[in-house]
Amino acid sequence: MSQQNNWPLWEVFVRSSRGLSHVHAGSLHAPDAQMAVRNARDLYTRRNEGVSLWVVKSEDIISSDPDEKDAFFESPQGKDYRHATYYKASEGVKHL
Amino acid sequence: MNHDELDAELDSFGDALASATRVTPGNALRPEDIAVGGAKPSEDVARYALTLGDDALILAQRLSHWISRAPELEEDIALGNIALDVLGHARSFLTYAGLAWDKTEDDLAYWREEDDFTSLWIVEQPNGHFGVTIIRQLIVSVFQHLLYSKLTESADETLAAICAKAVKEVDYHRDHAIQWTIRLGLGTEESAAKMRHALEILWPYVDEMFQDLELHRKLDGIAVLPSSLREAWDKEINAVLADSGLEIPKTGQAMANGRGGEHSEHLGFILAEMQVLARKHPGASW
Repeated sequence: MSQQNNWPLWEVFVRSSRGLSHVHAGSLHAPDAQMAVRNARDLYTRRNEGVSLWVVKSEDIISSDPDEKDAFFESPQGKDYRHATYYKASEGVKHL
Repeated sequence: MNHDELDAELDSFGDALASATRVTPGNALRPEDIAVGGAKPSEDVARYALTLGDDALILAQRLSHWISRAPELEEDIALGNIALDVLGHARSFLTYAGLAWDKTEDDLAYWREEDDFTSLWIVEQPNGHFGVTIIRQLIVSVFQHLLYSKLTESADETLAAICAKAVKEVDYHRDHAIQWTIRLGLGTEESAAKMRHALEILWPYVDEMFQDLELHRKLDGIAVLPSSLREAWDKEINAVLADSGLEIPKTGQAMANGRGGEHSEHLGFILAEMQVLARKHPGASW
């Protein structure tokens, strides 16, 4: 039963019928992209009409390194001047 | 809170509730609707609906045997899904047919004998290996897709409504079978050999699907003449097999008469298992 090795892992993104964007729903194994879409339909949408599905081979996703979280995501901390809310509206300026 | 208000409230939650488990039947006709609001069919229409329901019921029974036994987890779910769809079609057809004889879907499913069943021989054939099940699905779902497509224009409103819902689902079953036929046909040497074997053992039951009966002729405008579907079916199957590196086998045709209640040796075993509980406890409700 080493068949598993032949079926790559795919990540599934679903936009539901009233959704605005695709959301990561989970993953599954499938022999190829076409079958992955069909399997995703069975597993993650229950065939509600009007949904959109994306499947991506897991190996094609590059993720940020959790160990580098500090350097990666903390740079905005304490830099309020990066945000518009930091600046006060000058008197007399309308429609801002 | 009535149903519409509840729906509106659920809608207002938007995606937060759009879970994989929430059922949204839409405006599709359900067996329950047919049972309470369906117009009583004539004897002939009921007998015709029964043939369609029996095909679906026996196929659903066969497919559900795959649960937990499929080659992959995803495929287990796909076959289970298809079995559920087909069982839904059976429920609608049998509920409708039963109105003519004051019988419920359960009466018809559990309290008829083998020679009362009017299903085709193809649907009662054993699952065999995965390739056999896929070829059986290919043969049947391409046929059902053509049949239900035409029946959406039936002069019988209930049949048309049942088929309008069923045709979308069968379209997917057809796609699923085609995808697997191509992959297994063009897969390894072994998978191709198994697909050739599947075609050989199932091909004898093809002609029966297209036999016109007196019943079909009597129901002009209501039923579809099976023979009228043959050309389109051949064309589609030929195209799929060509894409899959497979050929139509040269096996002869079985003397099948499922519509007349004469079945292969397989149906009795299916029914024995399917009906045992209902017959052991007559009148029980579940």
